[in-house]
Amino acid sequence: MRLSVQPQPFDLGAESNAFAAQANRAGAIVTFTGIVRNTDGALIGMEIEHYPGMTEVAIAAIMDTAMARWSLTDALVIHRHGSLAPGEAIMMVATAAPHRAAAFAAAEFLMDYLKSRAPFWKKEVGENGAEWVAALHDDEQSLARW
Amino acid sequence: MIDVLYFAWVRERIGLPRETVQTEAATARDLIAELILRDERYALAFADLKSLRVALDQKLSNFDAPLHGVREIAFFPPMTGG
Repeated sequence: MRLSVQPQPFDLGAESNAFAAQANRAGAIVTFTGIVRNTDGALIGMEIEHYPGMTEVAIAAIMDTAMARWSLTDALVIHRHGSLAPGEAIMMVATAAPHRAAAFAAAEFLMDYLKSRAPFWKKEVGENGAEWVAALHDDEQSLARW
Repeated sequence: MIDVLYFAWVRERIGLPRETVQTEAATARDLIAELILRDERYALAFADLKSLRVALDQKLSNFDAPLHGVREIAFFPPMTGG
């Protein structure tokens, strides 16, 4: 299990390959990547703030829960903070399990919890100023299914 | 003495990322009441507690949990990770 909270970009291909290379006890790997969305083409960039210390503890706890609940053989979370450009990868999760259903479910669980239980805050910077991204009611609702 | 941390728009409204506060407040709600009396920046930041979250010693908590023994309290809006 590996967790990295970092300002620098990561290489999605290299991370996926390294994760797969060590997953010899698994039969299935799911990866998810979140990127900076430029919905209407007006986004200049994104600033991501986090709570050093709490971020790592909160994510590790979420990963521990996923590892145990779906009997994962491995899990990876990389989440960036700082300044990002449109289209850049913000974060990735990877899960490895004996069968695909567990790998998919665990990846979705990790994403749902990372969205509303890991202390990150996104700010969108546009041509007319910057605005904090509001949490969606749906994000909170989606925790209920777990 | 307690370290008080602010994140995202709470930090921007208050104008500080963190400060150390001398207080006997029993709960986060009491601490907020004390801060609001100090300066209107706090009143602006803490106007709607429903839009805020609180962490005690880096664990999500609630506004009525006891502060006894807590060294670090953080106020922030709902998280938007992922």
